[in-house]
Amino acid sequence: MRDKLDRIDRPDQSHFFASLDDAVLDEVDVVDETAAPASLWQDAWRNLRRRPIFWVSAVLILSAVVLAALPGLFTKTDPMFCELTRSLDLPEPGHPFGFDKQGCDIFARTVYGARASVVVGVLTTIFVALLGSIVGAIAGFYGRWFDSLLSRITDIFFAIPLVLAAIVVMQIFKQYRGILTVVMVLAVFGWPQIARITRGAVMSVKNSDFVTAAKSLGASRFATLVRHVMPNALAPIIVTATVSLGSFIVVEATLSFLGIGLPPDKLVSWGADIAKASRSLRDQPSILFYPSGALALTVLGFIMMGDAVRDALDPKARKR
Amino acid sequence: MLRYLGRRLLQALPVFFGATLLIYAMVFLLPGDPILALGGDRGISEALAEQLREKYNLDKPFIVQYLLYIKGIFVGDFGTTFSGRPVGELLTQAFPVTFKLAIMALALEAIFGVGFGLVAGLRKGKIFDSTLLVISLIVIAVPTFVIGFLLQFFVGIRWGLLPVTVGPNVSFTTLLMPAIVLGAVSFAYVLRLTRTSVSENLTADFVRTATAKGLSRPRVVTVHVLRNSLIPVVTYLGADLGALMGGAIVTEGIFNINGVGGTLYKAIQQVHAPTVVSFTTVLVIVYIVANLFVDLLYAALDPRIRYA
Repeated sequence: MRDKLDRIDRPDQSHFFASLDDAVLDEVDVVDETAAPASLWQDAWRNLRRRPIFWVSAVLILSAVVLAALPGLFTKTDPMFCELTRSLDLPEPGHPFGFDKQGCDIFARTVYGARASVVVGVLTTIFVALLGSIVGAIAGFYGRWFDSLLSRITDIFFAIPLVLAAIVVMQIFKQYRGILTVVMVLAVFGWPQIARITRGAVMSVKNSDFVTAAKSLGASRFATLVRHVMPNALAPIIVTATVSLGSFIVVEATLSFLGIGLPPDKLVSWGADIAKASRSLRDQPSILFYPSGALALTVLGFIMMGDAVRDALDPKARKR
Repeated sequence: MLRYLGRRLLQALPVFFGATLLIYAMVFLLPGDPILALGGDRGISEALAEQLREKYNLDKPFIVQYLLYIKGIFVGDFGTTFSGRPVGELLTQAFPVTFKLAIMALALEAIFGVGFGLVAGLRKGKIFDSTLLVISLIVIAVPTFVIGFLLQFFVGIRWGLLPVTVGPNVSFTTLLMPAIVLGAVSFAYVLRLTRTSVSENLTADFVRTATAKGLSRPRVVTVHVLRNSLIPVVTYLGADLGALMGGAIVTEGIFNINGVGGTLYKAIQQVHAPTVVSFTTVLVIVYIVANLFVDLLYAALDPRIRYA
């Protein structure tokens, strides 16, 4: 049967192949073989650049960071300087947002409030990402009793509501209230989410062929984890961390709003200012707008950035 | 099924003991002597303080205090507050209120979140979808307490549409505005989750098959797309019930609701371990049960999932 088929004359196929003389060898030689193929990150960056939502969030985040780093550039007024005679005065040149009940310049307080929010958000996220990814990676990669133990500990911290735990711990460190205290409290109770996500990502790649290959080539378990497994878990960690950065800023504002976050006599916090503004809501509702608007825009920046990065890193979402 | 339930409950045990121990330790570390504070400015005699410390087990080492407390829980004794009220009484007073509030918030976010999310997912990229996305982003970014104050000020005070505060008369109308505020952020998340899930499932093979075999569009959307899209949403809602009850501190403060949040906040400031721990324990139990319920609900939504 096969023989028969082979003997059937086929139409001449030679025209399917370009003759050697026609091949433009020079042009083919131009391909740079040293260049690495576009990685996930390059691909994601190319995709990200085209998204307006990325640029909007980048501008929002950048403004918040500049305000946090150099508040003195934008206002010469001391946010802690308040005159009761100016209580609830309307906006005037030099004081574009007017004055609050205590007679403090609202514009200066809004500008200086950025620092606490941005620093708390960024530092907490760094700590949470480190702690969460280490715990998650160990649990997912080494498995067995490591996994059982670490997963139960993660469950315990996950089951306690973040705000509630933060209130109790902030109460313990009453005398040491400051940015670092808030960061530590949020980090200690905020890591379980990233730990769970890292554990899942690590477990889904740890039996892949490239991990087996690395092991069989003699890489130690630790090297396999760090060099081959973790890079594949990085994308979900980054996305979750960016989005949760926004929510940590909100929790800080909530704590300061409740009066147990940052010390109001030393640091300006949008949360504390919102609490103050809420008490004079009936006299002058517009005061509430400035600190909450600034807070919302900052949080919005980080949430939108997380969204954009997620879409760029997820090949499934990228198709559309 | 029963074996699965048993295993899950066994897994919940360490979470229960770990969480209570952790909270108990944290309250133990709270600064200030609650017994001396009872006397106020006039102070309290050494003998009386001693007697009270013994009564509230405060003279014993930390771990003994914790074990005595846990022993009490298992016979239904949650301890007494410093003013002499049983903590159990506080629990039965505060939890129904917050539970009602959280259930209302959960129902609102489920109905509106899934509804709008479905429409947005079906019309991804259209103007209606983009508008909803922007609204959801704003709702997530504006802190709960700001939404609370704004609604209270405009809906409650300026326009007088709904009661401003709740206070002692807990009813559907008084709880409506707090429930909207409490559920607002989760509503936005549910909307976005449903939207992504629906638009992903729209291109799935089983949807094409359903359309190809001649099913009407409404049937394809409700039975095939929506049912499959609900799985991540249900997970989120289940985890959210616990979070709503524990996170109601701010909302309850704004609307003057005598629920879990207010009682807890007071107890933390009075350094009363049994109250704080009891409330947190019930919150943790709600969280565990809600998550278990969600896992069981999976099987109903996705017939491929079976628990052996």
